[in-house]
Amino acid sequence: MSEAVLVVTDLRKEYGTLVAVDDVSFRVESGRSLAIVGESGSGKTTVARMIIGLERATAGTIRALGRDRSTPARAGGERRRRGAEVQIVFQDPYSSLDPRQTIADAISEVLRLHGGQQTVGELCELVGLDERQSRALPRNLSGGQRQRVAIARALAAEPRVLILDESVAALDVSIQAQVLNLLADIRAETGVSYVLISHDLAVVRQLTDDCVVMQHGRIVERGPTGQVLDHPAEAYTQLLRASVPGPGWKPVRRVRV
Amino acid sequence: MSVPGLRGTGLLGHVCAAVIVLALIVGAVGAWIAPHDPDFVDLDLAYVGPFADHLIGFDGRGRDLLSRLLAGARTSLLGPVAVVAVAVTVGTLLAVAAAWFGGMFDTIVSAALDVLFAFPGILIAIVVAAVFGPSLRSAVLALAVAYTPYIARVLRGSALRERAQLYIAALEVQGLAAVAICVRHLIPNILGLIVAQGAVLFGYAMVDLAAISFLGLGVQTPQADWGVMVSEGRNGVLQGYPLESLAAGLCIVVVVVAVNLLGERLTDRAQRGAR
Repeated sequence: MSEAVLVVTDLRKEYGTLVAVDDVSFRVESGRSLAIVGESGSGKTTVARMIIGLERATAGTIRALGRDRSTPARAGGERRRRGAEVQIVFQDPYSSLDPRQTIADAISEVLRLHGGQQTVGELCELVGLDERQSRALPRNLSGGQRQRVAIARALAAEPRVLILDESVAALDVSIQAQVLNLLADIRAETGVSYVLISHDLAVVRQLTDDCVVMQHGRIVERGPTGQVLDHPAEAYTQLLRASVPGPGWKPVRRVRV
Repeated sequence: MSVPGLRGTGLLGHVCAAVIVLALIVGAVGAWIAPHDPDFVDLDLAYVGPFADHLIGFDGRGRDLLSRLLAGARTSLLGPVAVVAVAVTVGTLLAVAAAWFGGMFDTIVSAALDVLFAFPGILIAIVVAAVFGPSLRSAVLALAVAYTPYIARVLRGSALRERAQLYIAALEVQGLAAVAICVRHLIPNILGLIVAQGAVLFGYAMVDLAAISFLGLGVQTPQADWGVMVSEGRNGVLQGYPLESLAAGLCIVVVVVAVNLLGERLTDRAQRGAR
């Protein structure tokens, strides 16, 4: 078994009496990518927010590169170190950039924070932004361009794991395809592992090796992405797959599963 | 043609800004450009109307009114500036801290501010004057305390909205320190509203300080001050010589109206600009 970059064990999150995440465990091997799929409210995003430290887990442990990150970081050095381990690209490209900061400034701020070796120019080139765009403010860029900026900013920390929380869901289909290709290229180039959170099974298939399916805060099915999507064992996964519109698609009546 | 910083405030905004700049210049150099000694008393000239180079005549002690207005501009403007500076600084810190930490801290700060809201500025001024003695400093201190909740309440709302933006979360995940995120990102993004609120409060502070001076709890005679002049002019008003109260009152009204109109325009602009 190769080195695990992210290990989540028995993760649980309660909001009052509501159990949002229940007994979730998975591991991401170095260089491999994992998809977390499920419908809205299945707890996917809560898992992501606990991994990056924006929410505190009620129980369970999260380890990245062998170091625990289940409890909040106290010291500045520890916060920065965690930032350089796991990064995230959020769903909404419109509020994820400071409206008063140019693209180059946003990226160089992170580079300075981590003392990285890359330059703003290299990162912009990596995500396909030109010189003129790097001097622009976010409001002058399209959603797809902003999402490229968010990706570049996350990569500026040179993370080993990049969480993509519905990162292409807000983009229109042609832009989605471009960004997905970009993500595939970046992975080939940098060896970063993705944790892809999505309800879009086509996206999942394109970008990940392994897959866990979540429903009501629990993992109901797991396995290699191709196998889970082509031969789903669980009724819920079958339903998810049947919900994807395609040629000859007929809506399935929602059943209690 | 538009001055940067005043964009979108219209012609009126620019006129108001010009009036304010003029008032500040007078406040800075007024005592030196006064045509006569503002404190020179000549009781023979009490309540004498305008003549020769005494453009608006004399007050009840025979002092040159124009000179007193010019010399009084400094304390009349310095007071509100100090009130706004203190209230805006403390209010912003409280609002940002409450929005950042949320939870229990936010609840305690908000409750404390609500309690403070219950006390009118004049009442606090009376208490402070009783403890520290009446002076401009006491009045400024009292009003700064009284105005902080207004600033903090408005800014807390917009700081909370800004705190919820994903770019803040992204910087937290990067490991940037909370203070750096607030100073470099959160506060600059609500700065428009901070400035606008400061301008609106400046107008109120000026009126309230004049009222406190009028009550004898602020600036003390014989120092020239517009609020004190309105107060001292009372006797003249009763005897049919309203010029001192009118002239000082007019100065207050002009500055307050200019500052408030500009403040409102800046607030509108800040809210329009907020995505």
